[in-house]
Amino acid sequence: MNSFDTPLDVEAIRKDFPVLHQEVQPGIPLIYLDNGATSQKPSTVIETMNDYYRRYNANVHRGIHKLSEEATFAYEGARKKIQQFINAGSSREVIYTRGTTESINLVAHSWGRTNLKPGDVVISTEMEHHANIVPWQILAQQIGFTIKYIPVTEDGFLNLNAFRAMLDEHVKLVTVMHVSNVLGTINPIKEIGQAAHSVGALLLVDGAQSVPHLSIDVQDLDCDFFAFSSHKMLGPTGVGILYGKKEHLEAMPPFMGGGDMIKRVTLQGSQWNDLPWKFEAGTPSIAEAIGLGAAVDYLNEVGMGKIHAHEMALTGYALERLSEMPGVRVLGPSDPSQKGGIAAMILEDAHAHDIAEILNRYGIAIRAGHHCAMPLHQRYEVAASARASFYLYNTFDEIDRLIDALYKVKETFAV
Amino acid sequence: MDDLYRELILDHYKNPHKKGLISPADIDYEEDNPVCGDHLHLTIQLDENNRVKDVGWEGEGCAISQASASMLYESLIGKTLDEIRSISKDEILEMLGIELGPVRLKCALLSLKVLKAGAYGLHEWPGEEE
Repeated sequence: MNSFDTPLDVEAIRKDFPVLHQEVQPGIPLIYLDNGATSQKPSTVIETMNDYYRRYNANVHRGIHKLSEEATFAYEGARKKIQQFINAGSSREVIYTRGTTESINLVAHSWGRTNLKPGDVVISTEMEHHANIVPWQILAQQIGFTIKYIPVTEDGFLNLNAFRAMLDEHVKLVTVMHVSNVLGTINPIKEIGQAAHSVGALLLVDGAQSVPHLSIDVQDLDCDFFAFSSHKMLGPTGVGILYGKKEHLEAMPPFMGGGDMIKRVTLQGSQWNDLPWKFEAGTPSIAEAIGLGAAVDYLNEVGMGKIHAHEMALTGYALERLSEMPGVRVLGPSDPSQKGGIAAMILEDAHAHDIAEILNRYGIAIRAGHHCAMPLHQRYEVAASARASFYLYNTFDEIDRLIDALYKVKETFAV
Repeated sequence: MDDLYRELILDHYKNPHKKGLISPADIDYEEDNPVCGDHLHLTIQLDENNRVKDVGWEGEGCAISQASASMLYESLIGKTLDEIRSISKDEILEMLGIELGPVRLKCALLSLKVLKAGAYGLHEWPGEEE
């Protein structure tokens, strides 16, 4: 490994991730650079989930028996860890969902249906993931409100002047991603939130790409809703979080009906459970929630500040190497301090899928395509990009190998 | 470096044959591969005997999908609609001369899928028909 500046003992960290120690073909070790899609899991997360299934598998909030008590304790204990991790004021404001997508859909269905009417405006952005565009489009078709999109500048930032010009009393919600999954741009959430609140609009933040990589304080950000997924932050798939300010969550009707979300049911009607359970109908992803708690423990132990510093160093190095390569364009900010650990590339000669295909031969896993952000790619007039995304276990040596392999791609297509 | 990006494929990718839509067209159809967003738009002119007089196409995508379109669509000229209908998945793979996994197979077969959807309204992926 090259001797670059990083506050992390990456070799020690890598030992915690069993999946990293494999050859994808004989003699070719795995280089996993697809962390924007999903992260790998440390042994502690895998073992914590196994322990639940082997030792105390039971449903939560129901049984009086020992196993159910233990499961409930672990499930609610994980919620407290997550609350502290994002500095929510209360664990009642932390709702388990299936992931970021479900969290946003919950707000759309519950808050949106109750509060939006024809003539209202919801502001999203051109850089959003489909998960923060499509739920609003579905709702807009049903209700008849308008969606406006904050434009993205050529160098990958939100045009905040254009945003301010959109603001008036018709705007009821501003919904924006914290970190772009393509550009890597870290959006100025506090500034956007202050502007939204000044006209009485609420702020929803899609934190899918920020919570795994940055230290998050939802109270400091002053967002009304904040959504994220477990699987991108070293936890399992199938669980995510919706944070919401208590005043909003109290006023909102349930999203799904069923067991666990009620206090009392008669054939004439039902009384909703308290927060957060009002929004958790049915048996939840218990092992996954407990696994997410273990992921939070792991991230805390390493330290979010160090993780961010490591990723910034990796990204800076990758951007520098890529800038030396002719015929390569990297979308988004060129200053690594303004972006997360993401480099979405466009090569002059080779389509993104062909890049990914050839990189795979060198054991390198990246993502090719539109990354669920088709409008953003349309804005840059490209069909697809090839995205390398980094995490705490990636090394400078892996970036060297990425660059070497990209030169092979260029050779292949330089007919 | 490997079979997938053999010279024939790269030649057609870099210098596609019959690119550019033609008008008026007897068959005019376009479609995306939802998995990756690759896009093909095909136009065909027929003569009085339902034989392909000329073809033209536009598209965007990876080397495999675009080379496949270039080779397949050029080969249509002079064929009757009946002859075209019988073109199979295996013939496309033989024409490309490469072996493909399940994901890249769709790249290779998008050209045939667009052709059959445009000419006969057949919307299944070649090889996956009922």
